[in-house]
Amino acid sequence: MTAPKIAATDVSRRDFLRFGAVAGGGFFIASYLEPLGKLVEGRHTLAPADATLNAYIRIMADGSVTIVGKNPEVGQGIKTMLPMLIAEELDVDWKTVKVEQGQLDTKNFQGQVAGGSSATPSNWLPMRQVGAAGRAMLIAAAAATWNVPAAECETDKGMVKHAASRKSLSYGDLAAKAATMTPPDLKTVKLKDVKDFRIIGQRTRNVDAHAIVTGKPLYGIDVTVPGMLYATFVKCPVFAGKVVSANIDAIKALPGVKQVFVVEGGTNLGGLLPGVAILADSWWQAKSARTRLKVTWDEGATASQSSVGFAAKAAELSKQPPQRSLRKDGDVDAALASAAKTIKADYFYPFIAHASLEPQNCTAHMKADGTMEIWAPSQNPAPGRSMVAQTCGIPADNITVHLTRMGGGFGRRLSNDYMVEAAWIAKVAQVPVKLLWMREDDIQHDFYRPAGFHYFTGGIDATGKVTAWRDHFVSFGEGNNFAAGANIGGTEFPQHFVPNFALDASVMPLGVPTGFLRAPGSNGIAFATQSFIDELAHAAGKDPLLFRLDLLSNVQPDVPAAAPGGFPQAPYDHARARAVLELVRDKSGWGKTKLAKGTGMGVAFHFSHRGYFAEVVQATVSKEGKLKVDKVWVAGDIGSVIINPLNAENQVQGSVLDGLAQAFGQEITIDKGRTVQSSFDDFPLLRFVEAVPVEVHFAKNDIAPTGLGEPALPPVIPALCNAIFVATGKRVRTLPLSNQDLRWS
Amino acid sequence: MKVSFKVNGQAKTVDVPGDMPLLWTLRDTLDMKGTKFGCGLSQCGACTVHFNGAAMRSCMTPISAVAGASITTIEGLSADGTHAVQQAWKELDVAQCGYCQAGQIMAAAALLAKNPTPCDADIDTAMNENLCRCATYLRIRAAIHRAAEIKAQGTPVVKKAGEKGRQL
Repeated sequence: MTAPKIAATDVSRRDFLRFGAVAGGGFFIASYLEPLGKLVEGRHTLAPADATLNAYIRIMADGSVTIVGKNPEVGQGIKTMLPMLIAEELDVDWKTVKVEQGQLDTKNFQGQVAGGSSATPSNWLPMRQVGAAGRAMLIAAAAATWNVPAAECETDKGMVKHAASRKSLSYGDLAAKAATMTPPDLKTVKLKDVKDFRIIGQRTRNVDAHAIVTGKPLYGIDVTVPGMLYATFVKCPVFAGKVVSANIDAIKALPGVKQVFVVEGGTNLGGLLPGVAILADSWWQAKSARTRLKVTWDEGATASQSSVGFAAKAAELSKQPPQRSLRKDGDVDAALASAAKTIKADYFYPFIAHASLEPQNCTAHMKADGTMEIWAPSQNPAPGRSMVAQTCGIPADNITVHLTRMGGGFGRRLSNDYMVEAAWIAKVAQVPVKLLWMREDDIQHDFYRPAGFHYFTGGIDATGKVTAWRDHFVSFGEGNNFAAGANIGGTEFPQHFVPNFALDASVMPLGVPTGFLRAPGSNGIAFATQSFIDELAHAAGKDPLLFRLDLLSNVQPDVPAAAPGGFPQAPYDHARARAVLELVRDKSGWGKTKLAKGTGMGVAFHFSHRGYFAEVVQATVSKEGKLKVDKVWVAGDIGSVIINPLNAENQVQGSVLDGLAQAFGQEITIDKGRTVQSSFDDFPLLRFVEAVPVEVHFAKNDIAPTGLGEPALPPVIPALCNAIFVATGKRVRTLPLSNQDLRWS
Repeated sequence: MKVSFKVNGQAKTVDVPGDMPLLWTLRDTLDMKGTKFGCGLSQCGACTVHFNGAAMRSCMTPISAVAGASITTIEGLSADGTHAVQQAWKELDVAQCGYCQAGQIMAAAALLAKNPTPCDADIDTAMNENLCRCATYLRIRAAIHRAAEIKAQGTPVVKKAGEKGRQL
């Protein structure tokens, strides 16, 4: 079939073919998971186009270097960052590197997922090893050419040099020969010393920046396949409701409409749901036809559920013994009985949509030979392909999935519902199909950040120390299973820092799809936990920041610290948590600034996704209750190296402002089983006037670097609410703030 | 209906439903994918183009209202990304996902055409209806100031050695 007009990267294929013809094949380094020798040898038997699938690195005879970024790019900057790691150890000039997006290739690439802030920790070593292996093979080629020991050869920005004989050859000259060298063992390949990094740690611009600012087609929505029809898919507003009947024939007669059919679908909220597909010559015609569509739905058993009902059920559950205990250290009841002060508080955070700006979409082409080609803006394409295979009855090996740049994801695109919808519709229609959702579809059929209810009781002794902590977390799920993203780990902070600690959970059933929103779990838990810690600090009459430092010093020797909840798991390092708190204290001028009434500073910290972040918010609230954030200070610890500081700063600022937007006004409510909100009118994103200065600092240590897409978000919400308390004396226990009365006198 | 108008200086005639918005005419009829669809409700600004020089949402502008007009899209803002706003966007590495940035750039270019030296408040007022889900607002604001500098120095601007963009 004809290649879709999506990106100009296919040009490199022509270069490869040209080079292949001249020099008998390019030089490429295959996946670190596959024996390099096998694949390098295999290049002689693979067609050039196939060979490129497995390649991370291609060096052309003219010396130009192409590096494949294997991970999906959702705005986190991974398409720039992973190739930086390879280029560093390959020792090439970054300016000469062309970056190409890899397609889904589970045979040769591992971890093609944008989630869990996992790409940095899981690729930090392997990607550098891939680059270093390439460098070693180029050196071996040069050494063989000159008949000198490899150990005497050095590299410098795309050249191999032999100092004694003053010989040098470019990587381009050596590429063909290098491909015949025995690949080194990745485990023993020599990596650069940190002090010799020339690319890692440099402020490096997004490799797609030019394409973005000139409007080149990059995103899923931009894919065009010759002969394709445009589809809209109408689902029941009540999740998984079935089609009873629809005026299909009337819709078929409308202008431009080519096919209309019912999709039976299933009941799994993460899979193909029932609905009506309308295919037309243009998306506008499909969408226009949709306004005339009349469907009688069988709304099913969840049509009566509502946010009001969930809240009532949560309140009821909170008064009953918890369904199960997730963690119990010491004796909370006894400690509360002997506490100098006990404090009780109930916290709530709502469902939230992801609202990525590019609405869900996917393009699929079912071909006559039984294979399928898919262009998917997916953060997690491998499970998407499996679901398509299973649902559509196509062997997974017969499905090619191209990864497109994504117009935001924030966890929404970890779900692949749009992919299976496009695939199914294309299979039925027997023509290439571009499925595109309306904004309203996107808001009303999300996998929402689940709402959560925390019922806290805390006890402090006469010296102000926390002696008891109980959280009865009321969430969604069935039996011992939490709904997706609705979980909590038994060792959530302050477990291990309070002698008598209990974390209990009760769940209620839910017929609303939920999933993972940037810093899942943490984005709600941090609000509740760090706000309640603030309540304890004020009850103890202590400075809230100092109170937290003291709490972190109160390590319970008899209470083992297991890994905290969320993923990826890692042990809690209280020294790192203290360090970021101290750093943000120093940078924000905490406690040193005299603030007028109505203005306050609040602090919070949280550990998630292997990163430690402490944040201070200064906020001002007018007597009439109008809130204005003045500034946010951030101190983060994600290890020894900030790989791309230019992007890191952007990610942190974006995360913090994202958190503010959640706190300000984001809420999804359910009524009559369906989502009430439908657009940016009733689900507001942050705006320019709300974009306040965010000052970013990093603490450094010797720990290998970890991810940054998520951990900066959670602390800002409680830090803001804690600032509001200082400014107004009003404790915010329910989000969003737009529902709260912040007036003071 | 048949409608004739100019896109990026070129005369075009399309034959599409009269209520079809300019956005879809650009994207699907003329295969110009730079202008983005975010909401279709004039709420997000991803679809911003210039209509006779002024910033306008293309997602709710029916093609019938475009007859005879001169439209500029992100693809036609400059020959190859050399407009001061595009240069500044690259220099400051504004984009995260990048999806809203065509609309942001078009809105910023229209602002600078009217007000060559906007202050932060001017920017916030002019740009407040352009949403960025990644919240790159701080860099957009800084990039607009930087674009104003570049424009003041003449176009195209070659950065002097050692000269730095505005720090955030």
